[in-house]
Amino acid sequence: MLNQLQIIGHKSLNFFQRLGRGHILIFDVLKGIASLLPRPRLVVQQLYSVGVLSLIIIVVSGFFVGMVMGLQGYNTLVDFGAEESLGVMVALSLVRELGPVVTALLFAGRAGSALTAEIGLMKATEQLSAMEMMAVDPIRRVLSPRFVAGFISMPLLAAMFSAVGVLGGFFVGVGLLGVDDGAYWSQMQASVDIYDDIYNGVIKSLVFGFVVTWIAIFEGYDAIPTSEGVSRATTRTVVHSSLAVLGLDFILTALMFN
Amino acid sequence: MDDKNTLVKVRNLKFARNDRMIFDGVDLDIQRGKVTVIMGPSGTGKTTLLRLIGRQIRPLEGTIEVDGEEVTTLSHRGLYELRKRMGMLFQNGALLTDLNVFDNIAYPLREHTNLSEELIRTLVIMKLQAVGLRGARDLMPAELSGGMARRVALARAIALDPMMIMYDEPFTGQDPISMGVLVRLIRNLNDALGLTSIVVSHDIEEASSIADYIYLLSGGKVVAHGTTEDLANSDSEWAQQFMNGKPDGPVPFHFQAAPYASDLNID
Repeated sequence: MLNQLQIIGHKSLNFFQRLGRGHILIFDVLKGIASLLPRPRLVVQQLYSVGVLSLIIIVVSGFFVGMVMGLQGYNTLVDFGAEESLGVMVALSLVRELGPVVTALLFAGRAGSALTAEIGLMKATEQLSAMEMMAVDPIRRVLSPRFVAGFISMPLLAAMFSAVGVLGGFFVGVGLLGVDDGAYWSQMQASVDIYDDIYNGVIKSLVFGFVVTWIAIFEGYDAIPTSEGVSRATTRTVVHSSLAVLGLDFILTALMFN
Repeated sequence: MDDKNTLVKVRNLKFARNDRMIFDGVDLDIQRGKVTVIMGPSGTGKTTLLRLIGRQIRPLEGTIEVDGEEVTTLSHRGLYELRKRMGMLFQNGALLTDLNVFDNIAYPLREHTNLSEELIRTLVIMKLQAVGLRGARDLMPAELSGGMARRVALARAIALDPMMIMYDEPFTGQDPISMGVLVRLIRNLNDALGLTSIVVSHDIEEASSIADYIYLLSGGKVVAHGTTEDLANSDSEWAQQFMNGKPDGPVPFHFQAAPYASDLNID
């Protein structure tokens, strides 16, 4: 009994310690952003590896998700003779929900895990220590550019996902199932609101980008510097950021759409 | 010892990890311009000592003075200024794996100076020439052998012309040729560039061949110190056991255990 209590106590202490370290780290990372202003190249390089390299998976997934929605939506709507509204349905679900959420989940799997593994391995091979001893702050030099790149990439990728998804829905709905293409676009144009739908979607993806990148760089920086430690940290990144995204999505949706 | 000639002064250093005392009152003096070797059995915290001097970790107690500055209480900015004058060679080189040899050596120069690319190129070529790897400038770290990686890391460590270099186990896992090259490089660079070198090692032969002064660490304390001859002729049991590689002595062959007979249930 006492033993179990001890284990619970130990685990909760660990949890709060990590939480504390995570917050100190993000504070330092944010402080380090100022030092990037004279050297935008550091961010551009990371934008490439975090953002551009994630493009393919995002675009392909977006297209398939859009096609599936076109198919499913048509089958439901056609029963009520409302298949003209397919465009609205596809666009709203993508812009409000699926765009930010699915992109964030894919982003955690593709870019988040890569960030954790890269930073964790740099720690395990003493590259971060070597930087410190060369009087180069690894938080400013390695973590801050990656964080900024993640934060910028995520909303852009989500926008890309939604745009391609709308095209996927168009391809199936209009191209294959014969929905009127004027109705598809015009109803979408009339019903999708820039503030209620698009801005809220963008805010969601900004929040997800912040959280996923934060978790990814923290897990890498905090990893136990062995191969096992890095592999565990990578797994934790994907699991924790997926859970964080889904949990936050509920909270944000509740706040935004009441 | 003369204070002016002391570059690193460690006093009453205490450090613990997971409730285990690694250092329990260590005093050390590293003389300017000399090669000081710190030896001791594995697990005595030799590498930890280097990290404490570079303040990658902080001690529980005690003072560490480097070039007149107290490292343990230095501000972040002061520490980074001091580190620019320190070089450190990590056990596996710790080269940045996404940069080639040339860029690795140029890295500290690009980070800390505003020199033109042309001047940086000249400097990098000079450093590479010093370690004999001018021809390897376009290789990636993954394409280097262990010994070459350490030499590149050495070139990087001297890129900013530091006042001292700390070597963490430079000879571990090297073939005899690379070992010989490294031994010669450490001595020659120290003398040619007027450096101060701290070498952490347990390769007695190689380390003593270049040492001006040796500290023997064990059980969290300095158990013996002196020149190579001093230690070889010392009557300290520690020094004798370590310098001659005897399997039993003050460092027992057997890990602490219950009496053998009782463990076998013979009574």
